[in-house]
Amino acid sequence: MSNAAQNSGLHPAIRLVENIGRKTVAAIEELGYVASMLAESFYWLIFGRRQQQPVRLRNVIAEAMRIGVHAIPIISIICLAIGVMMAIQGIQTLKTFGAESKVIVGLAIAITREFAPLIVSIMVAGRSGSAITARIGTMLESQEIDALRVIGINPVRYITAPLLLAMMISIPALTILGDFMGLLGGGLYSIIELKITLPIYFERCAAALSWTDISQGLIKSLVFAAIIVLVSVSNGFQVRGGAEGVGRATTRSVVMSLTFIVIADMIFTYFLNFA
Amino acid sequence: MPAASNSEYAIEVRNLDAHYGERQILNDINLHVHHGEIMVIMGGSGSGKSTLLRHLLGLNTPTRGSIKLLGQDLAHNSEQAMFELRRKMGVAFQGGALFGSMTVEENVVLPLCEHTELDENTMRIMGRMKLEVVNLAEFGDLMPSELSGGMIKRAALARAIIMDPRLLFFDEPSAGLDPVAAVELDELILRLRQAMNITIVVVTHELESAFKIADRITVLDQGMILMTDSVEAVRNSDNPRIQSLLNRLPRDDAIDADEYMERLTGI
Repeated sequence: MSNAAQNSGLHPAIRLVENIGRKTVAAIEELGYVASMLAESFYWLIFGRRQQQPVRLRNVIAEAMRIGVHAIPIISIICLAIGVMMAIQGIQTLKTFGAESKVIVGLAIAITREFAPLIVSIMVAGRSGSAITARIGTMLESQEIDALRVIGINPVRYITAPLLLAMMISIPALTILGDFMGLLGGGLYSIIELKITLPIYFERCAAALSWTDISQGLIKSLVFAAIIVLVSVSNGFQVRGGAEGVGRATTRSVVMSLTFIVIADMIFTYFLNFA
Repeated sequence: MPAASNSEYAIEVRNLDAHYGERQILNDINLHVHHGEIMVIMGGSGSGKSTLLRHLLGLNTPTRGSIKLLGQDLAHNSEQAMFELRRKMGVAFQGGALFGSMTVEENVVLPLCEHTELDENTMRIMGRMKLEVVNLAEFGDLMPSELSGGMIKRAALARAIIMDPRLLFFDEPSAGLDPVAAVELDELILRLRQAMNITIVVVTHELESAFKIADRITVLDQGMILMTDSVEAVRNSDNPRIQSLLNRLPRDDAIDADEYMERLTGI
């Protein structure tokens, strides 16, 4: 409030510059906060046991259940549907050149390199990222985080580190599932159009794929996992202002996760292919 | 004997100043609490008592001054020393702050899980013992959302004393409770002190409860300590602020006409 009062007398252009400056500083501050949280999470994962403050396996498993196992049905359905869609579009386009049988190469590479990790991460960001932000925000508001600290439980060790580990296991695992379901979806349509059998379809997929295609997708999925955890946790810890604040932080968290995932995807795709 | 118990006071606050942003919340607080004493910090809303508690718990960092718990300075303690110190403190928050994803019993034994290497059965038995102390023995398997307000406070108390702390902090024990439940909780606090001889700091705005349990009372008003003394002395104080608090009178501060105009017009 005091800032606004100080600002009101200034020229609009100066005010604009000042606001840009403030936003930049805030963004850099947040980046620093997130980076230190990432470092601290790894610190607890690696050295926690030595300090007699281990990251509990039980917490990791509970989070992995929520993030990963419970997402299996929805991920399966969506990836299957996307596989079918891509096969339809691919065959339609390639028909013009009479090359519809080449659709399998396109499907195999696009799904493993791009679509499976991206779709899985988007789904998890929407499903679990928002839940994580809301949960931490609510814990903060009801003094549960304070309670953790006075008991002597570091919130990063107890909440962030298990989430990070669970996410970095779950998302790659879901990506492998997504790879398979996507290819299966593509296959279900292709066998009708191309008049081949499913085993032959998968054989051709295997011939078209190399390990780099799959590993590229998995590397990306690890990065996306870290993005989802850091964005959703940091937004959760910054909740102010009761239930409304929790709602606002949840929205911000999902939008930020998705934006960063897509941008990171673009950057990684470039470097993994050309650098 | 650990060095901590050699210190004269269980809690020692010196020249404490605290700010939220630019607003000063606490102004030159000096406070000593003896070992085994029940100190009640009393004051109206906005008096700074919750902020003082947060500083005593080491959740906030003061702008000036020092706080020593069991002889250890919070500002100069290493991370590991703070971790050790926290094992000797118990805190019951105003709203309970029980973890919603765990049962009452899991909540109560959580400090044991984190600080000790006891096996699960031993921990469970200790948890039940503490739940027995607060009369919640048969409610251990419920979730916090299934408890009433008074039960949540008692469960929070059970969690606070699970490590047999030497310092117990209690934020607004009787707020939001019916008179009977409030009295029961006061009795419980007195019993605990008798049984375990712990130092207890209670933050409250409830007069009756304060007079009943306190050895000494600190009256806080607008971020400053008005007085720290025995129950009798506080009762008989002729400070108008304290009297208005005791007799539930509205504050009748003289209004400065110019200042009032300034506030209204914002000039």
